[in-house]
Amino acid sequence: MSDKRGFWVWINERLPVSGFLKASMTEYYAPKNFNFWYFFGSLALLVLVMQIFSGIFLLVHYYSSADQAFDSVQGIMFDVKWGWLVRYIHTTGATMFFLVIYLHISRAYLYGSYRKPRELLWIFGWIIYILLMAEAYLGYVMPFGNMSYWGGEVITAIIGAIPGIGDWLVSIVRGGPAFGGATLTRFMAWHVAFIPLLLIVIVVLHLVALHTVGSNNPDGIEISKKLNADGRPLDGIPFHPYYTVKDIYGVGVFLTLFAIVVLYAPTLHGLIIESDNYIPANYLQTPPDVTPAWYLSPYYAILRSIPEKGLGIAMLGLSIILPFFLPWLDRCPAKSVRYRPVYFVMLILLAISLLVLGWIGLQPANPALLPYARVALAVYFGFFILLPIISKFEPVRPVPERVRS
Amino acid sequence: MKTILRIGLLAGAVIFAAIYGGTTYADEVQLQTPKYQLNKETIVRGGIFFAQNCLACHSMKYIRYNRLATDLGLDKKFITRNFMTPKGAEYLRAMKTAMPPELAARWLGATPPDLTLAARYRGTDWIYTYLRSFYWDPDTSTGWNNHVFPDVAMPNILFSYSGTVDDKGQVIKKASYNSQEYDQKTTDLIAWMRYTSDPSIIVRRQIAPYVIGFLVIFTILAYLLKRAYWRDVH
Repeated sequence: MSDKRGFWVWINERLPVSGFLKASMTEYYAPKNFNFWYFFGSLALLVLVMQIFSGIFLLVHYYSSADQAFDSVQGIMFDVKWGWLVRYIHTTGATMFFLVIYLHISRAYLYGSYRKPRELLWIFGWIIYILLMAEAYLGYVMPFGNMSYWGGEVITAIIGAIPGIGDWLVSIVRGGPAFGGATLTRFMAWHVAFIPLLLIVIVVLHLVALHTVGSNNPDGIEISKKLNADGRPLDGIPFHPYYTVKDIYGVGVFLTLFAIVVLYAPTLHGLIIESDNYIPANYLQTPPDVTPAWYLSPYYAILRSIPEKGLGIAMLGLSIILPFFLPWLDRCPAKSVRYRPVYFVMLILLAISLLVLGWIGLQPANPALLPYARVALAVYFGFFILLPIISKFEPVRPVPERVRS
Repeated sequence: MKTILRIGLLAGAVIFAAIYGGTTYADEVQLQTPKYQLNKETIVRGGIFFAQNCLACHSMKYIRYNRLATDLGLDKKFITRNFMTPKGAEYLRAMKTAMPPELAARWLGATPPDLTLAARYRGTDWIYTYLRSFYWDPDTSTGWNNHVFPDVAMPNILFSYSGTVDDKGQVIKKASYNSQEYDQKTTDLIAWMRYTSDPSIIVRRQIAPYVIGFLVIFTILAYLLKRAYWRDVH
């Protein structure tokens, strides 16, 4: 590097920019065999930045009072120059965030990226996912349409089922006995300040943890075990320029899909913005079906599939908490699904169970679907319960010494 | 090649979700889908019809008159003459009915809803079918009832186009216009309401090919750059 120029030297004597770029970009080695599934980490970071900037723009024009929230959002759509574009980017961004995150999580399941030594990396990641769910829910309430109102009402009511402190907690969350204007102002504070700040901190920790242990890869073997004479991984390539140029290509594909949604189908037929959110909040008029956004619908299906409210909420909580233990539940010597045929079948069943739950969660309440939801729920829990036993005894194909390119 | 296949699969999933996603309501009445074209001509025709027949009761409170000039290429004189029908309408202000909402509720039994977002809330199929489902019912205060929205307070504004039918569809009084004109009036209204529910649709469709074209070229160049860099990785 030609870092002998005056200004660059001046900076580096005061701030370790050059050292940081070396350690995390030009001399940070990543496995050379990343495939399709490895685009989504950088894309998630991109969407986070897009959400923050579009969110700041919306915040300029948004009023968080029960009387004005809906009209101010329509003001953004109708009167603010290019306001519709920024709002559609923000709403589409929320959906795309989950799409990207779900693919990113799938990758971790596929190649055992949660396994030792990446336990903390996985835990930070799962915390990010939980924070994102909170962030998405709070943001969903912001426009204060009728679906915002009733969705908000239903979810805060869930908190009331916590034994002992439930009612007290609900009044803290709602800012009073009922869901209304006081709820909106505190939701705004959490959506705009509290959760995003936490999110940024945990994302930084996620990245620091990643750069401490290095990336896993589709073969699930550690590249740091095979070094050359200079002490560099034989199967590693510097993150910059190889993965920066590759990720830019991924960004191009992603933004193209993003633009198609924003410009041609910004509500995605109710998947991104529901029709019931085009009328203002009305506590006298319940929408025909209160269903959550698609990315939360599997959890809603879990909740509805159990007739007893307390038990349903316990199962919902458990289904969110269980993945935290994944690094210790999986005891197979091989990490990657490439060498674990039984684990592959288990993952397929897990994916099907989540898709079934997700679909059922979007349908109007229908008793005929209950058995399917319960079977899917059993499969979901079965994955985590049986994993410690199956992973101990499952057949493993021979794992290569070096990554396959 | 595999990557391209997977991207294709992903795009397919997004398109599938776009087409089949969301929930549909199983009403007793089968909703009809209007066959209409969304262009400036149909929107303006529908808008003029709206201003002269609907705006007396229904507001479009998020639509300012002056935006019709920018969105639809109309001039101020044309807008003033054809759209600004309510008393006290101002060019820079919203399309609001002259009827005070409290009085409207007293006179009509219910305040006529604002219709700016109706096409998003109800959907164009619902509005189209609703407009065409009025029948004569002597038991109601207006003499009209509706299959899609039973006991609705609104009378059949379009009766001279639709004619008067009873609840079985038997013609009581023939329409003054032919069915082609009736079709055109209702579909123009749908075009107008589709526009007002999200005026950005005009700009969106104008800029989309350029934005997407730019991104596709960018992606191709990024791919070539990636390939050039990766030549030495094996």
